[in-house]
Amino acid sequence: MATKVFMEALSPTMEEGRLVTWLKQEGDAVKSGEVLAEVETDKAVMELTARGDGVLRKQVVAAGTTAAVGTLVGIIAAADEDIASLLGGVAPSGAASAAPAAASAPAAAAASAPAAPAPRAAAPAAPAAPVASAGRALVSPLARRLADESGVSLGAVQGSGPGGRIVKRDIEAALARGPVASTPSAPARAAAPVRTGEAFEDIPLTQIRKTIAKRLSESIGPIPTFYLTAEFDLSRVAEMRTAALALGEAFKVSFNDVILKAVATALTQHPDVNAHWLGDRIRRFGGVHLGMAVATDDGLIVPVIFDADQKGLREISAEAKTLAKKARERKLKPEEFTGSSFSVSNLGMMQIDQFTAIINPPEVGILAIGAIEEKVVVGPDGGFTVQPRLRVTMSCDHRAVDGAVGAAFLQTLRRLIENPLLLSF
Amino acid sequence: MAIITYREALNQALREEMGRDDRVFLMGEEVGVYNGAYKVSKGLLDEFGEMRVVDTPITELGFAGVGVGAAMVGLRPVIEFMTWNFALLAIDQVVNAAAKMLYMSGGQYPMPMVFRGPNGAALQLSAQHSQAFESWLAHIPGLKVVTPGTPYDAKGLLKAAIRDDNPVIVLEGEMLYNTKGEVPEHDYIVPIGKAELKREGSDCSIITNGKMVLVAMNAADQLAKDGIRVDVVDLRTVRPMDVEAIVTSVQKTNRAVVLEEGWEIAGIGAQVVDYIQRECFDHLDAPVIRVHQADVPMPYAKGLEKLAKPDLQKTIAAVRKVMYLD
Repeated sequence: MATKVFMEALSPTMEEGRLVTWLKQEGDAVKSGEVLAEVETDKAVMELTARGDGVLRKQVVAAGTTAAVGTLVGIIAAADEDIASLLGGVAPSGAASAAPAAASAPAAAAASAPAAPAPRAAAPAAPAAPVASAGRALVSPLARRLADESGVSLGAVQGSGPGGRIVKRDIEAALARGPVASTPSAPARAAAPVRTGEAFEDIPLTQIRKTIAKRLSESIGPIPTFYLTAEFDLSRVAEMRTAALALGEAFKVSFNDVILKAVATALTQHPDVNAHWLGDRIRRFGGVHLGMAVATDDGLIVPVIFDADQKGLREISAEAKTLAKKARERKLKPEEFTGSSFSVSNLGMMQIDQFTAIINPPEVGILAIGAIEEKVVVGPDGGFTVQPRLRVTMSCDHRAVDGAVGAAFLQTLRRLIENPLLLSF
Repeated sequence: MAIITYREALNQALREEMGRDDRVFLMGEEVGVYNGAYKVSKGLLDEFGEMRVVDTPITELGFAGVGVGAAMVGLRPVIEFMTWNFALLAIDQVVNAAAKMLYMSGGQYPMPMVFRGPNGAALQLSAQHSQAFESWLAHIPGLKVVTPGTPYDAKGLLKAAIRDDNPVIVLEGEMLYNTKGEVPEHDYIVPIGKAELKREGSDCSIITNGKMVLVAMNAADQLAKDGIRVDVVDLRTVRPMDVEAIVTSVQKTNRAVVLEEGWEIAGIGAQVVDYIQRECFDHLDAPVIRVHQADVPMPYAKGLEKLAKPDLQKTIAAVRKVMYLD
C-alpha cells in the first residue's frame, strides 16, 4: 500500500519548508522511520522521515524547492505498484515549485481515497482518512492533552496515525527522545549567493530571515510597546565575580550570567511580566523560561533556559554557553527554542550603549542589555567615584504590562544586580 | 463451584425464586408439559403445579397482557417468549402497558414482572427469527433490560429481575443455553445496572454485552498472543447502563471498540459511543469503532449469514485499527 510523503510541520511555526537534499533517491528501498530528506524549516534543518515501507518511487518536489506544509513531496510504494493515481496532476519532479505542488496535494489525496462502499440504506459511509494539510494539525484529543501537560510542542511532533494524525505514541516518542537525545542532521547551507560583478549582491531570503521579518513586523505593528530604561551599578557584581573566580575556574561566571540569574529571580516576583499575551487572555507562567537572543550567521535565534528560576548561577552559566554554541551550529531542536516566557537580548559585547529590543510575541516583555562602561558617578557624600555601569531597556507590551508594573520589575532587578548577594537567598 | 449450563442456571434461578416467593409464577408457550421450548423450565411443572407454571395458547399479546394484569394485583409473573421475535406481537403490552403502568397510575400499580426469552440470531433461522432487540427495548423509559452473557450472570440477573418491582426484560440467547460456566449453589444475585470487567487489559477497551461477550473474550485471547491486552467490559445490563464502568475503562486504555449483536443505526453501541465522546473526549487517542450486524435483514444462506454477523475477526480487526496497527 502506497504511502504519500508530505511536507510536515517540523517546527512549531513552520508554514513552508525548503527541501534541502533528498537522502533517498527514486528507486531506493526505504523503511518506516528512515530519513528521506533534509528540510530547512524556518529555524533549523530537520529530518523528514518515512511513514511507510517500500520503495521511494517518486520525488515529487526537487531538492531546493520550497513547499507549503501539507504538500505532497514524494511517494513510497511497492516496487511494482501503480502510483499513477497518486500522482494525478503532479508536476514532474524537476520542475516542481511550491505553488503547483501545493495545489496538487489535495487532488492527489482525493484521487487516492478509497471509493466509498456501495451506499447502504441510511448508514453513512466511513469517512476517508483525513489528510494532513497546512493550517490544521490532526491530533487525537488524548495526544493534544498529553502534549499540553508535558509541554511537548505539537508542531515539533510528526504524526504516525492515518493522514499524519498525531497520536499518543508520537507524544510518548517525543518525550522519550528528550530535549537533547537525537542527533540533528549536519547543518546545510543555502545555495551560495550569485555575484553579478556589480556593486551589489542579491541575497535570497532564507527561511529564518523570512520568519524574523514576519514575526517582528507583527510585533512592532499591533503591539503597543513602551520602553523603560534604567542604569545599574555593577560594582558588586564585579566584586562577586572576582571573589568567585578566586575560588577556582569552576566558579567563573560572566556578567551576562549574573544578569540572567537576576532577571530570572526578579521575574518570580513579577508574574505579570513573566507572561504571554494570548489575545483573549494573559497566561502567567509558574516557572521562568528565559529566552536568550543569540546571533548566528543565519540570523537571530532565541534558545530557552527552562526553569531558570530554579537554577543556580553555575547551571545557568553552563546552559547559556551550551545553548549559544548549539545555536551557532544550528543544532538547536524546536523544543529548545520555543516556550520562553520572557527574553533577554544582550548587545553589550558589541559596544552598544543601550538599545531597544523588539518583543517576541506572545511574550509581553524583553530586556535589552547594553555595554558595561566605567563612569564617574556622584556618590552619596558628594564625592566622585568610578563605577562599572550597565544600561538596560525593557520593552513592554502595554496590553499586558502597565508602566508601573514594568518599572517595579526594574526596581527589583536593580536591587538584585546592585546587591548580588541577594541572588543566593 | 459447580460448572453448569446457562440453561440450567436459568432453571435454578426460576426454581429458587419460585420456592422463595409464592407470588412468582411462570407463563408462556410450552413452559409446562413440554418443559420449555429450550428446556429452561424443565421439571418446574412437576415441582410447582399448574397454578405456578402455566401453558398458554400461541397468543403472545394475550398472555403478556394477562401477566400485566397479574402484576397489577400483586403477583410476580415471569412471562416467557419462545423468542423475542415472537414478542413483537406482544410489544403493546410490554411498551404501552408494563413500562408505563406505575407512572400513569400515579404510583398505584407497581409492575414487578419479567419478560424473558432468547434474543438475536442462532444459526440459519433467517431474517424474521434472528433479530437482536436490545436497543428497541432499552429505548423505553420504564423498562430495565438485562443481557446476561454467562451462566453466572444468567442466574444472578434473572433472580435480580424477579425480585425487582419494575418490569425487567431478560434477553437470553439460543446459542448461549448450552454454554457452561461456574455457578454458585448458594443464593446470590447480580445487581441490575452493574457492568463487569471480564478481562483486564491496558491497550484498548472492548465494550459489549450478551452473546457478544464470548466473542470479545475470544478476541482478547487472540490479541494477547500479539501482546495486545484489552479490557473486556461486559455491560450485563443495557438499561440502566453502567456509564462509570465504561468511562473508567476507556479513560485507562484511551481506545474503544463497541461490539454488539444488533444493527448499527440507533444500536446499543451508538449509546455507548455517545457516553464515551461525552465523558472521555480528552482521553481518546482514536475514533471509537463499532462492530455490529451488517445493515441487512439476516440472510438465510450460511456464508452470507456469517458475513452479516459481528464476529471474532471483525472484532480483532477493529481493535487493531483503533490501535493504529493496520
